[in-house]
Amino acid sequence: MSILIDKHTKLICQGFTGKQGTFHSEKALEYGSFLKGGVTPGKGGTRHLDLPVFDTVLEAKEKTGATASVIYVPPAFAMGAIIEAVSAELDLVVCITEGIPVYDMLRVKQFMKGKKTRLIGPNCPGLITPGQCKVGIMPAYIHKKGPIGVLSRSGTLTYEAVWQLSSLALGQSTCVGIGGDPIPGTDFVDLLELFNQDEETSAVVIIGEIGGEAEERAAEYIKREFKKPVTAFIAGCSAPAGKRMGHAGAIISGGKGTAVGKLQALESAGVSIAKSPAEIGATLKNSLSKIN
Amino acid sequence: MEIHEYQAKALFKQSNIKTLDSQVVDSAEQAFHAAKSIKAHSWVIKAQVHAGGRGLAGGIKKASTPEEVQKVTAQILGQKLITAQTGKEGKIIRQVLVEAACIIEKEFYLALLLDRSSQKVSLIASVEGGVSIEEVAEKTPEKILKITLDPLCGLLPFHVMAVLKNFKLPLSFFQKLNFFLSSLYQLLLEKESTLIEINPLAQTAQGELVALDAKMSIDDNALFRQEEMKSLMDLKELPVEEQKAQAYGLSFVKLSGHIGCLVNGAGLAMATMDIVKLKKGQPANFLDVGGGVDSKKIDVAFQILKEDPDVKGILVNIFGGIVKCDLIAEGLVKAIKLLHISIPVVVRLEGTHADQARQILNNSGLDLNFADNLEEAAEKVVSLVYA
Repeated sequence: MSILIDKHTKLICQGFTGKQGTFHSEKALEYGSFLKGGVTPGKGGTRHLDLPVFDTVLEAKEKTGATASVIYVPPAFAMGAIIEAVSAELDLVVCITEGIPVYDMLRVKQFMKGKKTRLIGPNCPGLITPGQCKVGIMPAYIHKKGPIGVLSRSGTLTYEAVWQLSSLALGQSTCVGIGGDPIPGTDFVDLLELFNQDEETSAVVIIGEIGGEAEERAAEYIKREFKKPVTAFIAGCSAPAGKRMGHAGAIISGGKGTAVGKLQALESAGVSIAKSPAEIGATLKNSLSKIN
Repeated sequence: MEIHEYQAKALFKQSNIKTLDSQVVDSAEQAFHAAKSIKAHSWVIKAQVHAGGRGLAGGIKKASTPEEVQKVTAQILGQKLITAQTGKEGKIIRQVLVEAACIIEKEFYLALLLDRSSQKVSLIASVEGGVSIEEVAEKTPEKILKITLDPLCGLLPFHVMAVLKNFKLPLSFFQKLNFFLSSLYQLLLEKESTLIEINPLAQTAQGELVALDAKMSIDDNALFRQEEMKSLMDLKELPVEEQKAQAYGLSFVKLSGHIGCLVNGAGLAMATMDIVKLKKGQPANFLDVGGGVDSKKIDVAFQILKEDPDVKGILVNIFGGIVKCDLIAEGLVKAIKLLHISIPVVVRLEGTHADQARQILNNSGLDLNFADNLEEAAEKVVSLVYA
């Protein structure tokens, strides 16, 4: 097992014939992801990367049996692409697109209420179940199959953490980047619930950053019902208050969302904290050896 | 993106939200003429910078004759305004708003914002306006009203009634308040604003509700379809190096230390600053060259770091995923040679084609310091800079 995706996940790509869609679809195929085709409105009936192209998500789903979609369309079209995939009742939609207007995401979230689809992202690297399925833009080779679940709001910092884990022979069950936007499709708590039930995940790493309240909510959930060991790192401890550091997510405001507050919340939930970004893997390893 | 008070007030005017007569000027002489043309008994001169806390910092002055308006304007134009929100470097006052003064009965606080915790628009109102709202929130939270607005239903009459009660206004103000709030909500949605804050919102002696201040932020991601808002961008409000970074799609924030950081990805860039600090160094900046980094961006990044006299050493931390490290290495070599970078440079490159990258750097003839991992990189740069 794993969460959300495995070797049976039938995948389509929206924005398939574009530059990003093409490049990352090739990489996904190389990795062995079960990519069945893609969607580019107006190019239905043609073939791309030796796979069928469809005009709509619904057609693609009916013809290929796909249950998941990955989106690489420009920001102006991303809301439409997400809502189309949700309307086609896919199980999973992963939106890589960066720079989606926040009011578009507000509409998307409203639309998704009561629907069966789970949205990961936007503005995220995607997710990977090592050795089985890669949906997104992360470099494949840094990952290793194993029992550690990884959750993150960041991109390259996730690679750093995963690289440390793999170097310490701590393989991963599934790694999910939830994205750095103020309104993400899925937050830490949703995914912790899945990891809690996943038999193949024995511990979880959370990579958070300053701003928002996702880490505080995760801490509450962990305290209440999460049964597995958790290690966390929060990026931005050295960031001066009130300065914006690139991510829409990384804004400190009104006393909430500070690194100190997040670390306190996580610590009180029994999470082992990596003080340095160079010690994420080692901190987890340490906490596991204490248990065994 | 932030806009100036005078720009926000112009938008208010278009939406029939009441403001006082005002003119923005950039010279003392213009200020004199502005005061002459604005009918009032006295005037307020307000520094136009993208920061709150102007009043306490001396950025808002009163004057009772056009001559005095001119004099006060001459005093503050070109000055650095340091408020609680600008950082110690402050902001240069390039323009002032000359506004009619009015007799205020009561001052309220009002804001509409896209609230990330509820993922909806929230309305915040308080009967205690004109002062630090954080202080009110801390000491007397019961005086603050927070209403979360449903995106489909929007602002409804019962919300307006709740605000009316909070403001302790008589029922006769209902229509005026309703119009004010509805217009403001429409403006927020229409311009894809993430924050409109009015502090204070005044009840005047004439029985009007008037926005005495206006703070407005626009969603950066929406600027591609908000042409008018984009045209309101004032790049001069950013430090020169941040302007340059923005023009090339880099994200840069100047800090007070001596170690220049060049990193791909915002999370990793923050983590790099964190580890520099853990190793007892001080980062000179946050610099995220982004996911799609190429040699041009590397070049601009080095230019920015070179132009900062505070930078005594550079830490390059790239985790190449989709970006290939050998391409980055070529860009590094070119930039360092071209710009004659003579301060210590520590390079940590990991990810796709890292071995080829190392070879390129080794064969470059440059005196670079390599690090195998993040820990080593931070230790090296700190020891070189603070040696």
